[in-house]
Amino acid sequence: MDHTPPPPTPPQRPASRRLAKRRRGGFPVGDRLFDLIVLLLAGCILLITALAAFELFRGGEPALRRYGLGFLTGTTWDPVHEEFGALPFIIGTLVTSFAALLLAVPLAVGSALFVSEYAPRWLAEPVSSLVELLAAIPSVVYGFWGIFVLAPVVRSVQLAIFLSPSLRGIGFLRSTPTGLGLFTAVLILAVMIVPYTASVARDVLRLVPQDQREAAYALGATRWEVMRHAVLPYARAGILGGVLLSLGRALGETMAVTMVIGNRTAIVDGLFGQTATMASVIANEFTEANTAAHLSSLILVGLLLFLLTIVVNLVARVLIHRLTPRGVS
Amino acid sequence: MVRTLSRRGGASRRRRTANAAATAMVVLAALAVLTPLVLVLVYLVGQGIGAIDLAFFTQLPAPAGEAGGGVAQAVVGTLELLALAAVIGLVIGIGTGVFVAEYPDHPLVPTVRLLSDALIGIPAIVMGLVAYALLVVPLRHFNGLSGGVSLGLIMIPYVVRATDEVMRLVPGVVREAGFALGLPRWRVILQIVLPSAASGIVTGAMLAMARVAGEAAPLLFTAFGNQYWNFDPLKPVAALPLVIYTYSISPYDSWHRIASAASLVLVAFVFATTLLTRFVFARRAR
Repeated sequence: MDHTPPPPTPPQRPASRRLAKRRRGGFPVGDRLFDLIVLLLAGCILLITALAAFELFRGGEPALRRYGLGFLTGTTWDPVHEEFGALPFIIGTLVTSFAALLLAVPLAVGSALFVSEYAPRWLAEPVSSLVELLAAIPSVVYGFWGIFVLAPVVRSVQLAIFLSPSLRGIGFLRSTPTGLGLFTAVLILAVMIVPYTASVARDVLRLVPQDQREAAYALGATRWEVMRHAVLPYARAGILGGVLLSLGRALGETMAVTMVIGNRTAIVDGLFGQTATMASVIANEFTEANTAAHLSSLILVGLLLFLLTIVVNLVARVLIHRLTPRGVS
Repeated sequence: MVRTLSRRGGASRRRRTANAAATAMVVLAALAVLTPLVLVLVYLVGQGIGAIDLAFFTQLPAPAGEAGGGVAQAVVGTLELLALAAVIGLVIGIGTGVFVAEYPDHPLVPTVRLLSDALIGIPAIVMGLVAYALLVVPLRHFNGLSGGVSLGLIMIPYVVRATDEVMRLVPGVVREAGFALGLPRWRVILQIVLPSAASGIVTGAMLAMARVAGEAAPLLFTAFGNQYWNFDPLKPVAALPLVIYTYSISPYDSWHRIASAASLVLVAFVFATTLLTRFVFARRAR
């Protein structure tokens, strides 16, 4: 911390003198102290993870004790009568996340193919940096854009469905035309998670050996056939890791979703239905919760989210690490 | 290239069509991914530019519904929270990164790496809950310190990974040269390895700061936000992301204007940090 000269030249004479002096004992004091400091700092990670799990469990325990497993299956979320079941949010989280993946993954893989296989170099670099900038836009800014740009567009779609005699009867499409709801949330979420799959897919595609492509070309394959039969299968597992990384993001994404999903604490009832996710209900209700049962239930939702995202992310890491040859960074 | 190949190979019409269709799809996918970026940026600039003025940076918010006013307290608040986050995130993050990279044989290294990877995936709002339980409940009111801590916790794993990756890029012979001169391990690390890895660590740290600068979720029930000046970290502190959230969902047009200005300022800050560090680092690496 205190010395940071750019070209580090170790002070030679004192060092060599010290070496002579302490040859037998090594450098116990300084090294031990440094080892200890670094170990303590690294220990903070263990402490933080343990503390996070402990605090979430401690906060959620009263709700867990009161509602038991019924908390996972209950469909009523009623702060006034202190009846809490988180199923609407669990469903909301899973439906928005998987629907967003369904939209995002083909686009992400397509854009990764474009960047690594199709585009000329001068185009590939800027395109991949731009895709990564999508991940740099804060969630709350996506929410802002969602409210003022996307929601009005969705609202006009809803109105068109409402006015169309053939479509209005379909229950799945029935909705109050507010522009806020599941569909809007899914669209925003898809945009937000694309870069995670795209950047992992791009890295993995670059690792596919050139021989693999040339062998397929030599057999007379078209470029698409090379992609389909030689490149994509080779990169499949790594891409799956990227997809899981995106899934982890989608499960925990909060602000943008909270701002456009409508925040109705009931199970989603259609494509445009208003609902809530696990993250959005915490964001929306936590500061307003004034009973112990309500607070504890929200923290329990947080604990569920914590466990869910840890599992998804660790599986993603394992896939990416195991299936990526060493030496990639 | 492809076309000649497929013609000579005698690819059937169907295969050629499939190939052309696939190329079109790939190009369209790339365009579809970039379209939202353009739409968001164009909207932000269009709405935000006109709404940014000196008052935005120098005045407190006007009463609800009235025109004028700014969010000076939130600009300063965000910087305050970032400073707090940086202290926690950088000290623990770099320390842990050094541990993971320089003590590869230590039995704790695999666990630390695993947990650090797991921490990256934990949603920001959950980290907010943790900071709430640790610092808001004991103090009995929302405060800036808990907000800074929640952002710091989010930063840690990013800094660990960046430090770990760049320190492992420093060749082993450099360390051996240091040892050969009789330097103890701590001086080799502090005076030789860390300075050589410095630009990479700075890049990682800046990117982590840029990432948490836009976080609103963990601040909702920690820093909470504030309509007035407050420099006491034990009281509620304002932040730009919180302003964007509360002002966008408010019914007032004048507040929507402020929200658009705040969004533009935040995105400009995040992009500038991201691009600048990438550019500087990419140049150094070459």
